[in-house]
Parts: sequence; structure tokens; C-alpha cells
Amino acid sequence: MSLIYPKASLDAYPKHLSPGYKSTIKRSPSKPLMIVPHTLSELTGPVYGHDAIQENDNDLTKQHKGEPLGERIVVHGHVLDEDKRPVPNALVELWQANACGRYVHNVDQHPAPLDPNFTGAGRTVTDAKGYYKFITVKPGAYPWGNHHNAWRPNHIHFSVFGHSFLSRLVTQMYFPGDYLFPYDPIFNSVPDEKARARMISTFDLENTVPDWALAFRFDIVLRGREATPLDNDEH
Amino acid sequence: MSEITPSQTVGPFFAYGLTPKGRCQWDPNGSYSWKNTVESNLVTPDASGTRIHIEGTVRDGDGAPINDCMIEIWQADAQGRFASPGTNRALPNTKFKGFGRSATDKQGVYAFDTIKPGSVPGPGGKPQAPHIVVCIFSRGMLRQIYTRLYFDDEPANVSDPILNMVPAERRGTLIAHKQPGADHQYRFDIRVQGGDETVFFDI
Repeated sequence: MSLIYPKASLDAYPKHLSPGYKSTIKRSPSKPLMIVPHTLSELTGPVYGHDAIQENDNDLTKQHKGEPLGERIVVHGHVLDEDKRPVPNALVELWQANACGRYVHNVDQHPAPLDPNFTGAGRTVTDAKGYYKFITVKPGAYPWGNHHNAWRPNHIHFSVFGHSFLSRLVTQMYFPGDYLFPYDPIFNSVPDEKARARMISTFDLENTVPDWALAFRFDIVLRGREATPLDNDEH
Repeated sequence: MSEITPSQTVGPFFAYGLTPKGRCQWDPNGSYSWKNTVESNLVTPDASGTRIHIEGTVRDGDGAPINDCMIEIWQADAQGRFASPGTNRALPNTKFKGFGRSATDKQGVYAFDTIKPGSVPGPGGKPQAPHIVVCIFSRGMLRQIYTRLYFDDEPANVSDPILNMVPAERRGTLIAHKQPGADHQYRFDIRVQGGDETVFFDI
């Protein structure tokens, strides 16, 4: 069995060249991409089981001796395919800035403090219902060099594996009501307003842990729908 | 309209999350520990076939090396089997996953150690020449770009259904070149933009 991957779905993606985000100007293909059939090579993909994950890999507040500074949050949701069916056993990786808006990466020289109790990397595998959950702190906004006084909205980077190499997704999760949305060329590289809204988590009062942490829900919908036999399966 | 989650750039700081033990030196003091989920060495002790080394430089539209790039590869094993539960084909009886990830270093160089893949079926059941699917992520790329790597010492290239769809004058950008004087080492440079731009696929 395999899935159909309608190419029209990719209309929700940013264009490769999005000049408002300056780094795309020299890093986007200039020749038309070639349309070729999806073969077994594209319609298959790696699967990572729970053996790839260690305890506390999904709890970014427990990876060091002490607790990180910042606003503790639960980030959770489901990984789904285009028919909104759950994607079980999907590897979900994330990375983010600390509460001050600083990444531990040595290339980040933004003058905000590092937190010795926070790396900012996490990973987990979805359960049978496609559900994942992380505990972390809310990342801060930070400046970047794209244009004068450029600031990124608060965000968490996500990397997700689905049913095949075509459903591979790297994206960013944003927080509701961010005042920086109108000014961010990366967020606005997604042309459709409804599609942009799908990158924004929702405040989840129901799953907020009283006296402990706020919660945000972020469902991730990957390419691929309509299970059908794959022609090449018999060979 | 479909309701998939849009892609966003991997940004400049992915290395400590996705390739923490890789070529990109994000933590010169070595004070943070975070293990790799995915390695750039795909070889497992039980995998049969020819062990190969693939290396190349990723360059932008100015020809400058891209030093904050992540390359992922997906391939069949030496018998042409994918370690994917999505197919009814017999799964490999080894631990070989066929999936790898490498960051580029300061010189824009990525590298993989793997097994030369076997032939897999293509459209209409016709065999494809041995190849590796390559996916590129980088700061300045709002979405991943896909290409393919073929081997210059494979006679099957001439009848490969995908390669034959590529205009002859650009086909060479998909061919990894065996390095003289070295055993089973291949060079595969990637040009993201420009005159000698690599062929990328809209898939």
C-alpha cells in the first residue's frame, strides 16, 4: 500500500524564491523544477521507532541539572495525513531559542543570555493515534539581520517524518496573537492566509496544568492521502 | 484546497537539534550533549554490498559554499529493497535503514558513508538505475528541494526512466563521479542556483 501525494497540496507552501526573505535570493533554484513520476524511491521512507528516543527527550526542562528559566509550556498535538488520519510512529524533532530568544548554536551572537539549564532540542515519536507531547519553555523573540530592525516572532522549529520521503516536513510553530506576524517575511512567505494560520498553535486551556504550565496545541498535517495499492509492489 | 501544514525554513541553527554530532561545529566547547537520531554513516555491520563514500560541496547562486545546509538521503539496500513498511516488497533482513543526514561544514562540504544501492522498480515496473534520493534543507530555503544521485560507473543509467526525462545537457548534474585513486569514493557537488544548476524535481 502507498498513498497518493497530490501536487496541488504544495500550493500551501512558500515559493522557493521569496525576496522579502533575502537569503532565498541566492539559495532558490532559478531553473524550473522537473516534473517526474513518484516512484518507489519517493513513495517509501524511513521509520524510527521508540528505540530512537530516550527518556526526557521530549521534556526540555529536564535535560540539565536545574530547571530552565522562562514560562513553562506544554506543546502537543497530532500528526495527521491529508485525509486527517493519524500518522503513528512518526519521528518528531524540535529545536528552539531559550526564553530570552537565544540559541545555544555558536553562530547565534545575539546579546541575550544563554541558559545553562536549557539546550532547546527535543524529540519524540507519535503514538498509535498520531499524538505527540513536549514540555519546554516559551521561546523568546529575537532580532535577525534580514532588514533594519527585523525580529522573528516567537517560534519553535519542527522536523517531522510521515509515511514517505515525500511527506517529510520541516516547519515552524508560532504562538497565537503574535504582534510580529505582519513584519516577518518568513511567516508571510506562505501566500494563503488560511495556510499561515495552520502554522499557529492554539492556546489550549483544557490541557493547561493548573499551578504548573500553560498548554498549546499544534496539529501537523503532512502530504499524502487515499491509501491505494502501489503498482510496483508486486515486482 | 488541501490543508497541509506549510513548510518553513530549517534556519541557521538546526545543527544542535538535528545533527548535533555532525560536521557543523555548533558547540566548540562541547558543553552540551545531545545524541544524533540520524547518522551520516548508514553502514550497519550486517549490511551486504559495496561500501561507498559520497562527498560534495553545496554552493549558492554566487558559487559560494553553503555552510549551514542539511542533506538527507534515502536509498534502497544493495538488493534494491527499501527499509520501509509502506511496501509489500520483502524488507531487508538487516539493520540497514537507508536513511542518512549530514550537515555541511564551514567549507560547505557534506559526506556520507553508505552501501551502493541496488536497482529498484520504476514507472511501469521498468528497472531504475541505482540511485539515491537527496533532499536539501538550508537557511534561505523555505522548503526542501529534491534531487537524485546516480553513479557514473553504472551502465544502467542509459535506460533509467527518470534520468531520460532530464534534458541531456543537464543530466550530468545528477551523476556522482568515482574518484581516481580512491576505492569506492564518489564526488557529488550540488549547485543550488546558477549556470550549472543541479536538476531539482517537482515531486
